[in-house]
Amino acid sequence: MLYREAGDFSTTYGEDNQTFPIKFDRLCYYVALFVGAVVVPFLINDYWANSLLVPFLIYAIAAIGLNILTGYCGQVSLGTGGFMAVGAYTSYKLMTAFPGLDMISITLLSGFMTAMVGVAFGLPSLRIKGFYLAVATLAAQFFLVWLFNKVPWFYNYSASGQISAPERDFFYFVNIPVTGPNAEAWAKYLFCFLFVFVLAWVARNLTRGTMGRQWMAIRDMDIAAEIIGVNPLKAKLTAFAVSSFYVGVSGALLFTVYLGAVEVGEVYGITKSFLVLFMIIIGGLGSIFGSFAGAAFMVLLPVALKLLLVDSFGLDTALSAHFQFVIVGALIMFFLIVEPHGLARLWGLAKEKLRLWPFPH
Amino acid sequence: MKKLTMLALTSAMVAGTPAMADLVFPSLSYRTGPYAAGGIPFADGYADYFTLLNQRDGGIGGVEARVVECETAYNTERGVECYESTRGEGALVYQPLSTGITYQLIPRTTADGIPLHTMGYGRTSAANGNVFSHTFNYPANYWDAASVIVNQLLEENDGSLEGQTIALLYHNSAYGREPIRTLQSLSEMHGFSLTEIAVDHPGQEQGNQWLQIRRERPDYVVMWGWGVMNQVAVQEAINIRYPMENFIGNWWAGADHDVESAGADAAGYRALNMNRLGDMPVFDEIREHVVDAGLAAGDGTNIGNVLYTRGMYAAFLAAEAAELAQEMSGEAEITAAHMRDAMEALVIDAATMEEAGMPGIGPEFTVTCEDHGGTGMAIMQQWDGENWVTLTDFIAPDDSVTQPLVMEDSAQYAEENGIEPQCAES
Repeated sequence: MLYREAGDFSTTYGEDNQTFPIKFDRLCYYVALFVGAVVVPFLINDYWANSLLVPFLIYAIAAIGLNILTGYCGQVSLGTGGFMAVGAYTSYKLMTAFPGLDMISITLLSGFMTAMVGVAFGLPSLRIKGFYLAVATLAAQFFLVWLFNKVPWFYNYSASGQISAPERDFFYFVNIPVTGPNAEAWAKYLFCFLFVFVLAWVARNLTRGTMGRQWMAIRDMDIAAEIIGVNPLKAKLTAFAVSSFYVGVSGALLFTVYLGAVEVGEVYGITKSFLVLFMIIIGGLGSIFGSFAGAAFMVLLPVALKLLLVDSFGLDTALSAHFQFVIVGALIMFFLIVEPHGLARLWGLAKEKLRLWPFPH
Repeated sequence: MKKLTMLALTSAMVAGTPAMADLVFPSLSYRTGPYAAGGIPFADGYADYFTLLNQRDGGIGGVEARVVECETAYNTERGVECYESTRGEGALVYQPLSTGITYQLIPRTTADGIPLHTMGYGRTSAANGNVFSHTFNYPANYWDAASVIVNQLLEENDGSLEGQTIALLYHNSAYGREPIRTLQSLSEMHGFSLTEIAVDHPGQEQGNQWLQIRRERPDYVVMWGWGVMNQVAVQEAINIRYPMENFIGNWWAGADHDVESAGADAAGYRALNMNRLGDMPVFDEIREHVVDAGLAAGDGTNIGNVLYTRGMYAAFLAAEAAELAQEMSGEAEITAAHMRDAMEALVIDAATMEEAGMPGIGPEFTVTCEDHGGTGMAIMQQWDGENWVTLTDFIAPDDSVTQPLVMEDSAQYAEENGIEPQCAES
């Protein structure tokens, strides 16, 4: 009933092709953007920032990154955790080697570094695909974690092999710390929000442009794509580069802004790769909105369940931890049975139904 | 779904408001995951001791103690979430029982003014109170442990380890890597050669490592393990018929569950311990006031075992500090700042331990502004096939080795993070 298209006419191709062609959607998007950028920073406290919103935003970037590679270009990757580690260690080395550098440059440079590493590990994708590629990227995961554990240069020869983020500022002239213990919750949140907004916007526009259409052509049928003139080398490697850039940025933010200290085997282990993969499968492959929905599902649901079971119902912590596994697992199965294309498709269907209401076909 | 989010929202708000009128001791426990075997008895001991104080004495100084448990599964991200969700309740001291989470919490607790007590784990150089104002690791730390083991081996070998080989089998994480630097210094000093053998998280897969040990036959194997890794290592040592007397664990690798599955085959295996074992009057009181009253955190079967005792010891040290804080501040409802000051002035002597019903449970020690690390003494215990038995008295570490390393590492930390020394020159 809210979704009315009456009076919503597009008169140019540009209008027809916009991301939110329905006026109501567009308004919702602007309102959400306004609330996220202007209202939330005033309301946010440490708990909301550190336990919910900052990890949600960071994982959303990782999910968009993996979605570009797997959802849009059809290249299965299990190396997400390893690539996130590349982002984190690049930022660590940059932060300690160049104390004057600001966080925006550090994070972007970490993304570029990861893009290069991602391309190197993407090279096999020209010969192999599907499960075989998954195994090749799995090798990247294990190799990278092993490398950061093995070579002391990466963790500045510290006794324990942990890396910890010193305090660094938002931007060159903006002397507000976003890393370290003294960073304010709103500053961390806004920093991540900025990255999520820009990266999601870029991703949306990349995927509907030439490059994105080439990726999708490769995903749908690589031989046909090659016949109609798509260069598979270029398409696949750009997908790896862009995807790794996103994943690297999210890995860097996870270390610098969110955790502050990292042990590579634990934080960037294989479980992280699976977590991000689950996010895009549940959220919806090949959808930017799906990346957000999946990240929200995997990050916020366990915390919400913990609050509900332990704080509201007073359950034993161990029992509630086991219940969480069961409930989250059951919900994952439920969503995938009801809608194998993920939450994004579910949301799309709901919208469609609302637009036809009350006269369905 | 809406209802669920509403519930979650309200409970989050409830969690955010400080509830006064009790002393809050958060317990970042882990009763699930690959390290649960060690996490459960420790968390039980920690919770039961506070329950005992509440039941028997009506709390600490007339104020009830409240243990807030939060499940971390030994995962640092969850640990951070737990810290954020519990600190608003007026948390007095954090004991995460995880080196990874400790590294997360050191800067956060310092910024928030809440003391962090990492007993025998965490960042070793936090013993330098001049740099780490809110972090305490008394009564002992990893570098002390490494030194104690070498001191004991020196004694057994008539004061010389020249030409001997020691293999360090360690958990490939911050926790396992902590003793390497000390052992390297000690190997140069005493002339033994050191082989470092890493085991990856969680530690079930150790075939290659023990193949290497079988091939090289080191004179001693020292283990820095935790969780499921310990059991596997003990079994592997049995499988290759490694002499169990020469296989020595640190204090996180010497609990009952680590050797019980191997049973009599593991007889001879030795491990350090920072707290003494055996029956103590306090256990009877816990059985009477806590278990029989149906208030035990676990099922009561863990009482008296190694990690239960250590959890209880940790709670005892926290409770003593809280009591001292009440005396020092003159207020019954102390804050985290009072707690920190009391922890820095803590004195644990034989009389205090005797009074608490746990005579000689740990070494006597005094905490000062400069020294947050205690004496670092530990005992050596041995598995006789059925029980852990105490082999030695408290052995002192070689401070001349560990102290310069602590100073060096903490100075580096202070420089990286721009920390000024907190203790006045005296």
